[in-house]
Amino acid sequence: MTETHLKKSKAQLDGEFSELYRAHLRDVYSYAYYRVGDHHDAEDLTEQTFLQAYRHFERAQQESNGRPLRPWLIRIAHNLAANLYRDRSRKPASPIDENSNLTALHTTEQLVEGRDELSRVLAGVQQLPDDRREALIMRFALGMDNREIARAMDRTDGATKVLIHRAIKQLEELVGDPRKDGRDE
Amino acid sequence: MSEAAHNFESLLREALTPVEPPADLAERLESTLTSITELAAEELEAWELSTMRDPRNWARPAAAIVAGSAAGAALVVLRARRRAAARPSGPLGLTLPHLDRAAAERTLRDLSRETRKLLGDR
Repeated sequence: MTETHLKKSKAQLDGEFSELYRAHLRDVYSYAYYRVGDHHDAEDLTEQTFLQAYRHFERAQQESNGRPLRPWLIRIAHNLAANLYRDRSRKPASPIDENSNLTALHTTEQLVEGRDELSRVLAGVQQLPDDRREALIMRFALGMDNREIARAMDRTDGATKVLIHRAIKQLEELVGDPRKDGRDE
Repeated sequence: MSEAAHNFESLLREALTPVEPPADLAERLESTLTSITELAAEELEAWELSTMRDPRNWARPAAAIVAGSAAGAALVVLRARRRAAARPSGPLGLTLPHLDRAAAERTLRDLSRETRKLLGDR
């Protein structure tokens, strides 16, 4: 009885983890890519995130009280990325990959239309403090709302709202005044 | 929100477009997760996943087992996948060819052996 029950529970957990994985693989990869700045590290980070998530999935479910687990996944990725940089004893020279790779994310059509402002925005994002950069990645690349971002960053909703507001303001200044963008010098 | 602010946020949303994961990443990860879900708790311990409780220990086993940077481990996964007959559904219900239990156990043993070899030299 107990064994059957446990097996059923494991099957349910596996099924639910599968749903989580399918729903958020792109989110985790997108976060990882914009966070670490290259595809190779982003792949490693994504894999490690989901394996660690699987290991702690049951407890996370219990503690989430039914709330979405995406912030928890992103927090795992955040912690792993922090460890990656700590182990390497450096921050990435370019937190977001070289512009050549980034622009490849966008269509040729956009580039032909002279959307170099996208590159300027991305260059500006690189210059933001870590917490502001991460908040913008979560908001705009992953489409997370303030509450989700707050949970992922272990902040209050209010503090998160202020953080995002300040991040956008700072980015506007950076993008609006190329002289503040060190990459353009 | 002013029009300028709205436009800037639209631009930001366009710049930070979501990035699709490479197909081989999804395949590799799904295969690994499928294998892992077949494992009993005791087997997981034998696989030395306990070393991964501390995130600082993640790099080595993860690299050896999953990331593909350790060719040996990646190859045993591929070998196991080739050996495994396609099943209608696996524990994760993933669309890739699934490992049956016996194949998963072989994979576990192979991975454990290969991982020990790979980590033993470091």
